[in-house]
Amino acid sequence: MSDASPSRMTRLAFLLLAAGLVCGPGWAQVETRGNGTEASPVVEDVPPIMSFPSPQADRGMPGAPAPEAPEQVVAGMSSDAVSITTNFDGSEILLFGAVKRQAPVPSGSLLQVIATVEGPSRSVTIRRKSRRFGIWVNTESVVVGAAPSFYAVATTAPLRLILDADEDAIYRISIPTAMRAFARPVNVDDPVDFTEAMIAMRIAEGAYRLDDGAVKLVDDTLFRANIRLPANLVEGTYKTRIFLLRQGRVIDSYSAPLEVRKVGLERWLYHLAFAQPLLYGLMSLLIAALAGWGASAAFRAFQRD
Amino acid sequence: MQIYLPIAEVAVNAFTLIGLGGIVGLMSGMFGVGGGFLITPLLFFIGIPPAIAVATGANQVVASSVSGVLGHVKRRSVDFRMGTILLIGGLVGSAFGVLLFNLLRRVGQVDLVVQISYVVMLGIVGSMMLAESLRALRRTRSGKRSVRRHHGWIHALPFKMKFRTSGLYLSVIPPLAVGMVVGILSAMMGVGGGFIMVPAMIYLLGMPTKVVIGTSLFQITFVTAFTTLMHAVSYNTVDVMLAVLLIVGGVTGAQIGANLGARLRAEQLRILLALVVLAVCLKLAMDLVLRPDNLYSLTPGII
Repeated sequence: MSDASPSRMTRLAFLLLAAGLVCGPGWAQVETRGNGTEASPVVEDVPPIMSFPSPQADRGMPGAPAPEAPEQVVAGMSSDAVSITTNFDGSEILLFGAVKRQAPVPSGSLLQVIATVEGPSRSVTIRRKSRRFGIWVNTESVVVGAAPSFYAVATTAPLRLILDADEDAIYRISIPTAMRAFARPVNVDDPVDFTEAMIAMRIAEGAYRLDDGAVKLVDDTLFRANIRLPANLVEGTYKTRIFLLRQGRVIDSYSAPLEVRKVGLERWLYHLAFAQPLLYGLMSLLIAALAGWGASAAFRAFQRD
Repeated sequence: MQIYLPIAEVAVNAFTLIGLGGIVGLMSGMFGVGGGFLITPLLFFIGIPPAIAVATGANQVVASSVSGVLGHVKRRSVDFRMGTILLIGGLVGSAFGVLLFNLLRRVGQVDLVVQISYVVMLGIVGSMMLAESLRALRRTRSGKRSVRRHHGWIHALPFKMKFRTSGLYLSVIPPLAVGMVVGILSAMMGVGGGFIMVPAMIYLLGMPTKVVIGTSLFQITFVTAFTTLMHAVSYNTVDVMLAVLLIVGGVTGAQIGANLGARLRAEQLRILLALVVLAVCLKLAMDLVLRPDNLYSLTPGII
């Protein structure tokens, strides 16, 4: 796969796709860094068109597809970087690709596609309140070692219908499996209630999302998925994944990084705050004092007139 | 207009923040309270992480108090000597408060302790002020001069000092203690502590209301500046972008508030402040007693 010699058919598919992309809804909102892909809709310019082996392949998972898998995924993203500017209000990333195959389309089962975008993981403490002496108090807590700050799953059909539970456990696709182990011994009776409450809260605030049917698959060959990134993005390296499935099993997968970085003033302030905290603190105070003095002086001048 | 905050890592509406700052600035100028006890919970409510809300709230309070205190300096209603004594107590108290805060955070009960202490203090202070100012208002209506109460035990304390602006000859121990309590509150709750200090100065130290507000703002300016710097250096939780937006609204509000305050009568001003304090107290008490909508809460990191 890595020698990048797509078949004639796939190349044609990409030309069509790339042309469609330029006027696609997601394109204009994604800020690209680097090679100015918006300028020319030529295939060679579309950023990361490559296909990695499945992320689990090197661990010798039983489900890892052989190199000669009858169907392989070739995919790309509308941009490999998202820039967080001062007026950043969310972004949209377009994952697109095609299925490369040497044989005719198998007719026995339906091809399904799942696309995921995962933000950097952080540890989280989940607390539960209960009533003590008439007031509500935090009594029990569960610590999740690493939960993604953002996680979106888009599929061609309802996830539970197209993905086997054991495959889900291997590839960690559905939202509950995206969480890593509990960070310390669990001393509550129902830790699942805690993680479910956390997932519900994250879904409510838009950090976690499951979009059944959001991946569009054309002729069992071309697919595309628009994934909306919320405004409250955390900086870091995001991971995008695409899975091809048949009969509940993953037959091929693709993974690529997506860099989310603060730029300009945002970046400067963030770095100053962490590299020179004293200077940053003094600067904040100076701004505050000057603003206070300025307003006071302005109002005095205003009243004199 | 959405603005992405670099430290808080959330996007919020710029006009919401300017409006919030404006309301809090108005209170600051009128009553001599920093407004931290309002801005901090309001920032939680719009989705700013608590640690950042506390630190940035302190920074915003610096701006509105500077703006307010300059107005009072012009009107010669700041007792610098009293302010300095209160400030010394405040800095010591704030160092204690930070230690206490970290201890409670490890136990996971910091929210509860902060909430309960808010309810208790606001309740006591609010009802005392309301009762006292209603009584004073009735007295002035009936034409009698209000007689300032003298606390015998306070005047028996040693280390007496002359506070000319306030017209007092008083031991330095009570102002030091008041300053210290306020410093502890400042570090623990992210507030300037004006809502505790103003009544304490009026009723405990017997200072004239006119001088109280300017002097309280003077002390708040420096204690919150110290708190901001400590948060910035040790936790990197001051979001300057957030602070600037709050400040823009805040300084404007503070000026309008100071002018309104100069026109209103002292008793009316105190009744208004008492009502605000009681309203916040009631809201916090309800939150403790009523069953919360969501029993679960998320805190980043392992605590």
